[in-house]
Amino acid sequence: MEVRKTYKLYLNGEFVRSESGRAYRPDGNVNVPRGSRKDLRDAVKAARTAFNSWAGRTAMNRGQILYRAAEMLDSRAAQFTDLLGGGAKARREVEQAVETLVWYAGWTDKLPQFAGTVNPVAGPYFNFTLPEPTGVVGIVAPEEPALAGLMKRIAPALCGGNVIVALAPESTPLPALTLAEVFATSDFPPGVVNVLSGQRKELLPWLASHMDVNAIDVAGCTPDEVKAAEAAAADNVKRVIKVASDESSPYLITAFMEMKTVWHPIGV
Amino acid sequence: MAITKKQSAALAKQVFEYAPAPESIDHVKIQPRYGLFIGGKMVEPHSKKHFPTINPATEKKLAEVAEADEIDVDRAVKAAGKAFESWSHLAPSQRSRYLFRISRILQERARELAVIETMDGGKPIKESRDVDIPLSASHFFYYAGWADKLEWAFPNRKPRPLGVAGQVIPWNFPLLMLAWKIAPALAAGNTVVLKPAETTPLSAMLFADICMQAELPPGVVNIVTGAGKTGSLVVSHPGVKKVAFTGSTEVGKLIQKQLAGSGKKLTLELGGKAANIVFEDAPLDQAVEGIVNGIYFNQGHVCCAGSRLLVQESIAEPLMEKLKRRLSTLRLGDPLDKNTDIGAINSRDQLEKIRGLVESGIQEGAELYQPECQLPEKGFWFPPTLFTNVSQSYRIAREEIFGPVLSVLTFRTPAEAVEKANNTPYGLSAGVWTDKGSRILWMAERLRAGVVWANTFNRFDPTSPFGGYKESGYGREGGIHGLAPYLDLN
Repeated sequence: MEVRKTYKLYLNGEFVRSESGRAYRPDGNVNVPRGSRKDLRDAVKAARTAFNSWAGRTAMNRGQILYRAAEMLDSRAAQFTDLLGGGAKARREVEQAVETLVWYAGWTDKLPQFAGTVNPVAGPYFNFTLPEPTGVVGIVAPEEPALAGLMKRIAPALCGGNVIVALAPESTPLPALTLAEVFATSDFPPGVVNVLSGQRKELLPWLASHMDVNAIDVAGCTPDEVKAAEAAAADNVKRVIKVASDESSPYLITAFMEMKTVWHPIGV
Repeated sequence: MAITKKQSAALAKQVFEYAPAPESIDHVKIQPRYGLFIGGKMVEPHSKKHFPTINPATEKKLAEVAEADEIDVDRAVKAAGKAFESWSHLAPSQRSRYLFRISRILQERARELAVIETMDGGKPIKESRDVDIPLSASHFFYYAGWADKLEWAFPNRKPRPLGVAGQVIPWNFPLLMLAWKIAPALAAGNTVVLKPAETTPLSAMLFADICMQAELPPGVVNIVTGAGKTGSLVVSHPGVKKVAFTGSTEVGKLIQKQLAGSGKKLTLELGGKAANIVFEDAPLDQAVEGIVNGIYFNQGHVCCAGSRLLVQESIAEPLMEKLKRRLSTLRLGDPLDKNTDIGAINSRDQLEKIRGLVESGIQEGAELYQPECQLPEKGFWFPPTLFTNVSQSYRIAREEIFGPVLSVLTFRTPAEAVEKANNTPYGLSAGVWTDKGSRILWMAERLRAGVVWANTFNRFDPTSPFGGYKESGYGREGGIHGLAPYLDLN
């Protein structure tokens, strides 16, 4: 007899039930926690607490941890293929998710050389611009592809040094919740990645309006949801990231980042 | 022959007054009434309404400018839309030449522009002459060179212009903000509808004349004057594909909300409450100059002003002493006088706002210091002000005052300085003063602000990206980064 798994939220490095005690059954069988507004607030708090630790890592270290996540995911490829319905298409999606992690793992220590500049100001100053993480990023990934789609947004955001509160696709949450197990075993400090399952309409408005969330990626939102999220985001001038959901590029990494310019006089 | 003791005492008592050194205004022609710059010429507004713009140092009316209504804004956007078809297809090298030409004319007409800027806005002539106008010209010069090099700026992308850019700018650096907006927009191949601030429209009107002088194709730049209502019409017009706003965080949030779901590309450059942090090993005399420049430059009407001074406790006393002494030498008065350090407050409204916040500082228990300072009878003035004994929770430590008012707080450790500096919803700029290089870099890494000035303050350059973290807005202006907001890179 099979030992079934209890699916849980991934909050602050721990697997927990929703504080609300609620669950829903997206596929009619498996119980999935129905995260609440309070769970979301806890996730944001955990992420904020983890921010300095993650953003303060060396780019090399962040790259190694992202690569470690790729190893963990690849080693469980069969499990994820099953979760995605099995077959060649599912297998390809898992490979794509692994590839995304590997690709962005290699960007961590190259991005500042791609996006940063030394600026030839007209005066005796040394002046440079470097990308820095925006902070706490909310991610609403598309429902499909449930694994690769989410990875395409989480990986660049993490690559840039951000901390994440991701909403699992409402109708297909199992790959996202299982992916949390990959992050949990990849040496990310607790709270760097948080994954919440539940109803989009219960969580998205609070994610979009939360005053301690710096950016929200709406790749998986409907036009109406985008509009509502953009309006709510204005309360704290949140960055709303609307880059196409299949994008993979350093430009997407910088969408999750701020440019900081530093001046210093030159003199004896 | 040595001077006698008596003579020396007499000399010490003598006050050496500055002789007045006013910049002449006779070569500047301000028209009694301005229309709107639409489709390459000045046109009468459909609204038939005009409003006065005054000199804040004298309260005298300088001119009347048009108040653009919905139909006026629509005409401007349509003119820009029509011009976009040809401008975006013009050989990039030709676009480049127009921008170079504008830059040169700005340099040639620098004095006229500086005088108008000072008369209309109240800032000291030495600032408009040495900062605003040269930087405006160099901004056009910098972006002129980008116009035909865009494909080199974004590897693996084919940059395309967005269309009509709707741009709304503030009154603190009228021409410079115009340059920050228009230069990259045109270089990228967009056309623009720009709305200057209602209290400082004149340099934009002069810029309209410069566009005509440069024979810029009609409709590439359109300038509509008016107040907030006109600005709102510009940003919400469906023909506008890109919105750029510089101004208060309050209005920025309204615009972000207003544009929700519109698909328009938006950049915001909003308010700030910058910390200027002085460590005990800092060269104090230089730091004092930096503090003064940080908060009293342009009467403190600067979004990135160093309005919170964080001083390491061990040097708080000597630094305050030096700072107070320096404050007493600042010359407040006629903005057209070349020796003036502090000009007029931009408007009566702004003066009221500053007074209100200063009053709140006194009420909440902060200690006020103002040097002896004669304020002219006419016009809007506020003396350089500093508050000590300020707690982080006071309004004067949290809210943007946008005036010559400095709040002084102290700290003991670098970590505490970072904590206090970042304890604000804003994140536009920060300053660090220390002789220790490793500490500068350590601080610069941790300060959540878009610009960090180390051992200097309030420096600007067209090659240097400028913009905020958090509620200070998003997007960058200046440098290669300043091109991206005006391009479709997908």
